[in-house]
Amino acid sequence: MLDTQKDEGYTTADGRKIGGVAMEMRNITLRFGGVVAIKDISFDIRWGEIRAIIGPNGAGKSSMLNVISGSYHPQEGDVIYKGYKRPKMRPYQVARMGIARTFQNIALFEGMSVLDNIMTGRLHHMKANLFQQAMWWGKAEREETENRAQVEKIIDFLEIQHIRKTPVSRLPYGLKKRVELARALAAEPSILLLDEPMAGMNVEEKEDMSRFILDVNDEFGTTTVLIEHDMGVVMDLSDRVVVMDYGKKIGDGTPDEVRNNEEVIKAYLGVAHE
Amino acid sequence: MPDTLLFAMEATLNGLTAGVMYALVALGFVLIFKASGIFNFAQGVLALFAALTLVGFQSGQIPFSHLINAIFGTRLHHFGWNMPTVLAIPATVLVMILLAILIERYILKHLVNQEPIILFMATIGLAYFLEGLGDVMWGAEVKALDVGLPKGMSSAVDEATFAWFGYGFYIDRLELWAAGIAAILVASLTIFSQYTKQGRALRAVADDHQAALSVGISLRFIWVLTWSIAGIVALVAGIMWGSKSGVQFSLSLIALKALPVLILGGFTSIPGAIVGGLIIGVGEKLFDFFMQPIIGGATENWFAYMLALVFLLFRPQGLFGERIIERV
Repeated sequence: MLDTQKDEGYTTADGRKIGGVAMEMRNITLRFGGVVAIKDISFDIRWGEIRAIIGPNGAGKSSMLNVISGSYHPQEGDVIYKGYKRPKMRPYQVARMGIARTFQNIALFEGMSVLDNIMTGRLHHMKANLFQQAMWWGKAEREETENRAQVEKIIDFLEIQHIRKTPVSRLPYGLKKRVELARALAAEPSILLLDEPMAGMNVEEKEDMSRFILDVNDEFGTTTVLIEHDMGVVMDLSDRVVVMDYGKKIGDGTPDEVRNNEEVIKAYLGVAHE
Repeated sequence: MPDTLLFAMEATLNGLTAGVMYALVALGFVLIFKASGIFNFAQGVLALFAALTLVGFQSGQIPFSHLINAIFGTRLHHFGWNMPTVLAIPATVLVMILLAILIERYILKHLVNQEPIILFMATIGLAYFLEGLGDVMWGAEVKALDVGLPKGMSSAVDEATFAWFGYGFYIDRLELWAAGIAAILVASLTIFSQYTKQGRALRAVADDHQAALSVGISLRFIWVLTWSIAGIVALVAGIMWGSKSGVQFSLSLIALKALPVLILGGFTSIPGAIVGGLIIGVGEKLFDFFMQPIIGGATENWFAYMLALVFLLFRPQGLFGERIIERV
C-alpha cells in the first residue's frame, strides 16, 4: 500500500458522500514519437465522485482516459489504483480489475441484441466451466440467473426495456450511447470512464444522459470519470474538474474554482467554442 | 412410379449426403470468418494436416522420419505400435490446439489491426507452409484412413426403398454417418456460441475488437480458441474425406469446393454453410442427371462455380449472410 492521502473524504453540499482516493495519476507523461500528448500530469480520483476532464480539442483528454483504461502506456509516471501501483496491463486486464468504459465513437456489438450487448458486460462475472454452461447445469444456471437479474435492473434503470430485443444496429445514436453505458454498468465497475458521453446529441438527449449519469452515481455510488466538450453540462454534473490544454494540466478543482481560474478562462472559456 | 422420377430422387438423396461433406469444410471457413473476419485459405490444408496426423498416430509413424533418415543415415519409419482410434483422435485434437496456439503467436499476433487482405495473404502462406510441414512430417504417399466408420452401400436404405418403390436406392453408409456427425457438430457449435461465456466472447470479438477489450475479453485467447475449433472441425472434415477417398494431398483442394458453398450460404452463417452445402450437392447431382444427355458428363466439375457466379450477380451476401449496406 502506497501512502496515498489517507483522508476519509467529505460530504458534498447536496449530501453525497465522497470517499478517499480511488485512483491517482502521478506525473504521467505520454509521447507518440516526437509528439508529447500528456506532459507531466498528476491528479486523483476519489471514490464516489464525478470527475470531469475538460479541455479544447487536442488537449490530450482522450489520451488521458486511454491511459486510465490501459489502452496507452505512459512513458513516465505511475497509475496508483486502490493504493497500489498498477503494473503495465493490457486493456482487457484493466477491464477485469473493475474499470469499465464507453467510447467517443460508440463501440457496441452491432450484430447483437441490446440484451446480449449488456450481457457481455458481465462476462467476467461468470465462473462456471464450459461443460456446466453448455449443459445449463449447476453453477451455470445460478450464475446466469444472477447475471440476468443484474442486467434487468440496469435495463430498468436506464429505461431501455422497450428495445431489449432490438439489434443494436437498428437503434438511433442517442439510444446506442445509452446501451453502451448500460453495458459498462453491467460490469459493476469500480470506476466508470465516459468518453464524451454527450457528443453529437441534441438538447433533450443531453438532458437524459446527464440525468442518467447523476442517477447512476446516486444509486450505485459509481465513481465516474468523464470527458466532455459541453461546458454547461460539465459544470452541472461534476464534483471536480481537471482542465487540460496542449497536454498540460492548467486547472484542477471544483467547477466554481475552475470557472474563476485565470489560465482556464484564457485557454478555454475565453474562446468561443462549438 | 416412373423410373426417371425414382432416379431423380436417388440423385437428390445422394446430393444431400454429398452436400453434407461440402458443408463440413465450409463450416471451418465460416467459424474463422465470423470470429476474426479472416477468410482462412488454409482451412482445406488444415483438414489435410489433421487427417495426416491422425493416420500417422494410428499407424505409429515416426514424425519427420524422412528428414531424420536423410540427416543421420538411419532407417527409422515406425514406432512399431498401432494407436487405437480412441487415443489417436484426442491426440490429434491436441496437435490441432497446439497448432492454433502457434498460429496465434507467430502470425496473428503480429498482424493485429491489419487489413483483411493482408491476413488473407498470411493464410495463403500458412496453407503452403502446412502442406509442406505435413509432407515432411508424415510423408507424401496416399494413406488409407479407417476410424471404424462403416462404408459401402447402406442395405437398410436399399431394402426400405425397394419395398416402397420396387427400386433400391444406393446410399453410401459413410455419407449417412457424415450427415449425423455434421448435425451433432452444428448442434454443439450452436450451443457453444449461444449459451456459453466463451461463445458470447467469441461473438463479441467478431463484432468489435475495441468493445470486446473494454468488457475484459482477451483477443489472443479468443483467437486461439477460434483456431482450435476450426482445427477440430477440420479434423472432422479430414476424417470424413479421408475415409472416403484416402488421405492424399489433393484433399487440400476440397477447400475450393467450399468456396461456392460459402458464396451461396453467406460467409457469416453456420446454417448457411449447411444449406449452401446441401444446395450445391443436390444441384450438382440433379444438373448432372438431367443435363448429361444433352451436354455430356463431368458437369460436377464446374456446376458449383457457375451457380456461385449466378449468386454473386444477384445476391452477393449469400442466402443467409448479413446484408451489405453501404452508409454514406
